[in-house]
Amino acid sequence: MDQYVIGVIVANVSGVLSRVSGMFTRRGFNIDSLTVGETESSGFSRITIAFHGDDDIKERILQQLQKLHDVREVEVLDSKDTVIRELLLIKVRNRTEIRQDIMTAVEIFRSKIVDYSPTALVCELTGETSKIDAFIELLKPFGIMEMCRTGIVAIERGENCLKTVK
Amino acid sequence: MKISGAKIVVETLIEQGCDTVFGYPGGQVIDLFDELYSARDRIKQIITAHEQGAAHAADGYARATGKVGVVIATSGPGATNLVTGIATAYLDSVPMVAVTGNVSCSMIGSDSFQEVDIVGITMPITKHNFIVKDIGELADTLRTAFKIAKSGRPGPVLVDIPKDVQTALYEFEANAQPVIPYPLSFAPEEKLKKAADMINSAERPYIYFGGGIISGKASAQLLALADKTDAPMGSSLMGLSAVPSDHPKFLGMQGMHGHYASTMAGAEADLIIALGVRFSNRATGSSSPRDKGARIIHIDIDGAELHKNIAADLAIKGDITDAAERLISMVEEKKHPQWAERIAELRAEEALRTEENRRNAADTIDPYDIIDIVSSFADENTIITTDVGQHQMWTAQRYPLKRPRSFITSGGLGTMGYGLGAAIGACAATGRRAVLFTGDGSFGMNLNELATAVSQNTPVVIVIMNNGVLGMVRQWQTLFFDRRYSNTTLGRSTDFTKLAVAFGAKGGRAENTDQLKKLAAEAFACEGPFVIDCAVDCDRAVLPMLPPWGSAEDLITKID
Repeated sequence: MDQYVIGVIVANVSGVLSRVSGMFTRRGFNIDSLTVGETESSGFSRITIAFHGDDDIKERILQQLQKLHDVREVEVLDSKDTVIRELLLIKVRNRTEIRQDIMTAVEIFRSKIVDYSPTALVCELTGETSKIDAFIELLKPFGIMEMCRTGIVAIERGENCLKTVK
Repeated sequence: MKISGAKIVVETLIEQGCDTVFGYPGGQVIDLFDELYSARDRIKQIITAHEQGAAHAADGYARATGKVGVVIATSGPGATNLVTGIATAYLDSVPMVAVTGNVSCSMIGSDSFQEVDIVGITMPITKHNFIVKDIGELADTLRTAFKIAKSGRPGPVLVDIPKDVQTALYEFEANAQPVIPYPLSFAPEEKLKKAADMINSAERPYIYFGGGIISGKASAQLLALADKTDAPMGSSLMGLSAVPSDHPKFLGMQGMHGHYASTMAGAEADLIIALGVRFSNRATGSSSPRDKGARIIHIDIDGAELHKNIAADLAIKGDITDAAERLISMVEEKKHPQWAERIAELRAEEALRTEENRRNAADTIDPYDIIDIVSSFADENTIITTDVGQHQMWTAQRYPLKRPRSFITSGGLGTMGYGLGAAIGACAATGRRAVLFTGDGSFGMNLNELATAVSQNTPVVIVIMNNGVLGMVRQWQTLFFDRRYSNTTLGRSTDFTKLAVAFGAKGGRAENTDQLKKLAAEAFACEGPFVIDCAVDCDRAVLPMLPPWGSAEDLITKID
């Protein structure tokens, strides 16, 4: 099973996220990650969906998405030619005996400390999923208080664009 | 000039060519019905006993004509009562627009009286749905609903209209023409060429077609293709009536309860040419023809159906009429004498087996005799509707259909209680007579619509194959559950003749063929609804039967 990342341009109307995510639920496809946000055009939103599956499942997902009235464009983003990023915010205990270790990890991963209090630190990290996973693993022994990650966003390298945004 | 949202709805429906609406009044559609009252000379309004019946009627209207059926219901329970009807239409690709009222925008989300999120509820059973919160978008939303419903592979669309949108005022100008569907996609030339090559090199080609032939109006092209390629044809349940049942190349419906000859031909073919059909599990069993080395060409207007249920060797998305027409000019004229001989053999075997399975126990009539007698009174304009169960399969196997859109049945969803509403809608749409074949189980589900059939004076002959049991489930229990008849023996003593009379209809009971002939003569002379309660043996099975886990060699042709 491979991981696929697809970009979906949808009309920016109420209910569109339910329609897209509902299609996955109804047809029994699993979503690894789903993000949605504005595009350069106010009438459209862009949804980035990552899922695991074989080629057949990928084709079925594309076909079913294309049938939705609010969906304007669907494209599989080839991982070699795509910039894929995720954002992590993670809160760990701020204790003297581990502070230096945390700082080292933050430095090596090019993370940033975005909040510093006597008892807790919040780190921010952007990167590919594997990098985020590795950073979390590294911080685990220090006691993760809470964390959240955005899920992935993806855009093609070069001048290729997901079209139709007019 | 500014007019109310309710009036905009009515004017837009009329603009879109809607001549009949089915529905049921209620608190959040009072305004809409008030406007319909003013328009009662321009748009026929049929009020059913229950919103489900109205949805099935709109569906029957659409299936009988190909036009978009329209149903109107109030918020809350009115809207949820539509759900089975909408799902039925969705699974069978029937163009429908359902209009529901809802509580005012300011009340939405507060769980106010008769408020329900019908857009959320119907999202997975509609092609698309809308809630209109801005009266400025009302007319165009309805137009888009019609456009979506009838484009490509048809289906139902729901438009939910809050009460305050119905009462608000807005400028309206009717369009001169109904909306035209979105452009169809057409099969690419090189793929059709490849299909023609595959057909030309096949020795045992077999055409498997479905409801796409009817909605795509491709019957003539289908027959021409079958003739030129000398390919026998079988269909799905939804494909029935696309070609005359007695066409020499047509072997009948294939699948779980299909004709022996078509199911076997589908299994023995070296090339399946699938046209406007989706390889439902009821039509194919658990195996793919490719397992036995057959190749498959699959042509459908809905790209999402290609490779979905069965992987095809060649999958082509495109309008079926166009694709078939172009294929006809590309394929060579062929004869396959050996294959034709084998088909004739299969048909002969089938004829023997069909007779073996009849049951004529005392005071009952064999279902095939019921169908033969009733059909002898009907003509090619008669519309046949069914409910769901054994009677449906017997009708699908036996009834001599002549004309596209003359057979109306719930295939994909398998909705018991579908047929009476559908018959009311089909009769209202066409002015023709309908016959509803039903069972005592199915008829019990929505027999309240007899009240509608009486109020509309619907010329429907209701033939109940009454065996006192839920026969299809009983048949499974006989075959696969060691004859443990859990909860399928109804133990009712409904007198359907008195029931018909109580509703203001006519009726009678038949326990032998002479009684049935007499009653059928009376029923077909009757202007309104007529119920014929036919006694049927509870152990008469629908055969052959392809077990859901099996393939053609597992076909059950006899029950000892």
